[in-house]
Order: sequence, then C-alpha cells, then structure tokens
Amino acid sequence: MAIRVAKPGFFTTVQDIGRYGYAHLGISPAGAADALSFRLANLLVGNEQNVPVLEMTLLGATLEFEESAVVAITGAECRATLNREPAPSNAAIEVAAGATLECGSMRNGARSYLAVQGGFDVPLVMGSASTFVAARFGGCQGRRVQAGDLLRVRQHGGMRHRSLRPGSVNVPRNPTPLRVTRGAQQDWFAPETFEKLFAGTYVVSDQSDRCGLRLNGETLQPSGQRQLLTDGIPLGALQVPQDGQPIILFVDQQTTGGYPKIANVIAADMHRVGQLRPRDEVRFAEVSIADAVQALREQERWLTEIFA
Amino acid sequence: MKVIPASDTSLLVVFGDAISPDLHGGVMALFHALQDRRDTRIRNLHPGYASLLIDFDSLRLTHDELTAMIEQQGSAGDAPDRANEAVVIIPVCYDAEFGPDLADVARHGGLSVEEVIRLHTSPTYLVYFLGFTPGFVYLGGLPDALHTPRLTTPRVSIAAGSVGIAGSQTGIYPVDSPGGWRLIGRTPLRMFDPDVTPPTRLQPGDRMSFVAINRETFETLQRCGGIPSARLEP
Repeated sequence: MAIRVAKPGFFTTVQDIGRYGYAHLGISPAGAADALSFRLANLLVGNEQNVPVLEMTLLGATLEFEESAVVAITGAECRATLNREPAPSNAAIEVAAGATLECGSMRNGARSYLAVQGGFDVPLVMGSASTFVAARFGGCQGRRVQAGDLLRVRQHGGMRHRSLRPGSVNVPRNPTPLRVTRGAQQDWFAPETFEKLFAGTYVVSDQSDRCGLRLNGETLQPSGQRQLLTDGIPLGALQVPQDGQPIILFVDQQTTGGYPKIANVIAADMHRVGQLRPRDEVRFAEVSIADAVQALREQERWLTEIFA
Repeated sequence: MKVIPASDTSLLVVFGDAISPDLHGGVMALFHALQDRRDTRIRNLHPGYASLLIDFDSLRLTHDELTAMIEQQGSAGDAPDRANEAVVIIPVCYDAEFGPDLADVARHGGLSVEEVIRLHTSPTYLVYFLGFTPGFVYLGGLPDALHTPRLTTPRVSIAAGSVGIAGSQTGIYPVDSPGGWRLIGRTPLRMFDPDVTPPTRLQPGDRMSFVAINRETFETLQRCGGIPSARLEP
C-alpha cells in the first residue's frame, strides 16, 4: 500500500526518533524535532513509538490514499481536512481508499506529525529512517518529500488504534519559559550575564531550521578574551557566537563546535523548541539537573497516562 | 581530568586545554573504553581535541553513576599505544584545477608549488576527531610553513574530496558544501558514504598521510567509485 504526495507542503520529511551512535563520525541524530508529538502520533494509531512518520513544517502536505489506512496528526494544529471535511488532531482517523487528506497552515506551532498504522517504509540508514537533508541521506532519498512521491507503508496486521482521555493534550498559547541548566562553559560568563539571559526576551530569527534556532535579544558576552578548543555539542546547547546573539543547537546540529555554551535546554523541553516559529518570543529559566531529570521522568509517565 | 555536567543528558570530560597527542591519547582511551562497553544507556560520544562529550539516557543512568564509571576507567591504565597501527593513505591530485589556491599557499609560505606538495605529503597526521559535518576530519601535524589564513570570502560551493588549508589546519571536504578553506588539491576517494560500514573513511585516532597522484590515477580511482578496497557488508 502506498500514499501519493499531491502537495508536499513547505518542508516535509520522514523522521523517526533519530540516529544515535555516530556522533564521533560527525553525524548528528536528526530525528523528529518534536519527539513527544512524534511518539504520540505513533501511539494513537497503535504503532510502536519509534516508527517512521511524516514531519511537516509550517504548511502541511496533501496526501492521496490508494487503500484504506489509519492515521493520526499531532503537534501543531494544521486544520486538516479529509475529503474536505474537518479531521481531528490527536486522534486516530480512519481513511477510506481513494480519500484525500489535506493538511493546511499551522497555527499554534511549527510542526505537525502524521503517523500511519504500520509506519512509512523507507530504508534504514545507520539504523534510522530519519532524513538528514544537509548531508542528503536517510528518509525519502535523503531529501524532503516532493509532489508525486509514492510513500510506501509497511505491512502490518492486527493493530488497534487508541484514543486520548478528553483534554489531555493542549498546547498553551503563551508557554512558560524554556527550562535550561547551566552549560559546559558556564564559568566563562559573569553572574550579570546569566541575569541578562534569564531576564531577557529573545525572538526566534528567520534564519532558524533543524540545525539551530538563532535568537535575537540581549547580547551575551563571555568575560575576558578566551578561545575555546573545539569540543562536543550536546543537543539543545545554547551557544554564544562572537556577536553575542545565542543559538539553540538542534537535531541536525553540527556535532562539535568552537563557541562557548552558556546553558542547555532540558530534555523535557526540547519538544517545545521543535514547535518554535520564526518571530516567536522565548524566555529562559534555570533549573537544576536533578529537577530536569525529574521533569523528564514525569513527561514519560504523562505519556502512559493520557490514553483512555 | 575534569568531569563537567554539560546538560541534563550529557557529561563533558576535559583532559586539558591544548592540542597535543598526549591529551588526545587520554580522550581516545576513554572513548574506546566506553565504546567497548556497548552500554545502551550511552547514546553518543563526541571526541574533541582534548575532551569527550558523552550523551546518555539520564532516565536509566545518572550523572553520578557515569562519573564513577569514567573515573574508574581513568585509573584503569594507560592509553593503548596506537603508534604501530596502519597509516591510512589518502591520494590527492594537486593539479591546478583542483587546487585553485595552491599558488597563494606557496606565496604565503615563500615556497614553490612543488615544495608545498612535498611538505603537505610528508607528515603522518593524527585524526583528532570528526565533526562539523559527517566525515569532516580535524587533523594535527600540518607543517608550519603551510599555515595560511582562510579566504576572506568563503566559496559558495566546494566539491566533495577537496583538500584545503585553514590557519594551522588541513582537511578534506567530505560532502559538497560552502567553505572558506584554501583549496590545494582533491582526493578521488569518497570520505563519507552513508551506505558503507563504517560510513567514514577515517575514524578518530587514525593516523593518515597524503600521497600525490597524477590526473590519470585520479580519474582511474574516481571511475572505480573511489573505493579501491572491498565494500564491507554490515
């Protein structure tokens, strides 16, 4: 069974949880930018959590189904229609053979996820289906999907889709600050610089993508002239280049770099980074590593408790 | 050795603040020791010049447990001596077409083009680490006379395989990309191929040398896919 791409949307790629174990070869994980919505989409259709889905950015795709299928759309609200009738988010949708599913522009975030029961059938590269567009491998021939692509769906049987408890998933319009821990080069920055970081409001630049989100706001400078010996970059690092405007390094990031890292977005908030749009405002709040790990633990529990 | 929490899912182990084979030996010893454990709680290892970033699943392994594991490893013994290991040979064609900046590098160092080629092909380089893009190697050992500042205006597109110099560094562009390095030649070998195991020709800790080849050999190697050795199945 295959799904035909009638319109690809703005930037649509095949993603799974990412490609781990290759950072020492310069290969970043890639993977779903909002891993929580990605996992939710799979769970709703009855898949295992790490099955390839479509990640759609800002403007969704229009898909034509040759055969019947069960799909789910999560993440940013994209005004989806099935044969021109409104289709729900965060719920399994039964799609009849010959139907057209149209995903529109996104309202309350940057990315929507479309999972199909069975999952998209693409070759695994280094153990992952994730598309790494910059290096042109993974996913659908290492590129974003195009009009006319036929996306094959894996054979499956006996799967049961699931539904959510009412009101269990809602995206707040004015979210709380992104939580960060202090970064590897925290002692390069004076206490006043941290005060600026936590008091300031930053705006996501248009020059933001899956490699990193450039922010505009209060300038941050290390105290003294120092040159960093290139070292490894963790996912979500808040790196401070020479111009003092921080960059959040993201899923397609370079694996090493030479700029100091002042802070790091906590793992439990990385899915929110994946929903930031150009011109969105961002604030930061500091938490301890223990609190960050606890938040991640609670998020994992939440994912098991939201199903009816 | 200093262990620093870098995030809620990573630790940075810092061995020093200099580019030296000795410090790098410590990085490699810990890198190999952790790789050999095949511990699924450790997700990614990022070696740097004198540090190792360890990304891990903090729901199954705590920062304290990993720190103890690292300290135990650090006291376990010296780095394995890799000096006897084979040197990876990277053939490079230094024709003017592939090395548009060769003459500038020569002028900057007060050398002839032949001397640049001789100097570039004389050392055994150490692969400190890979980073920036898939397969991009950070090499140590470029002779001082070849140190040349990078271009003031980067090129928009550089062909994969291009060999360049930037400051005290020399390296190879593994994929087509923009860049500001002074280009002195090109290798016909594929430095990065996602469908081959391992996907990069060079690994952290490898020793490598450049060997000059003529245009005819370049084209022959390129015709056979740039992979003269057998492809290994995963």
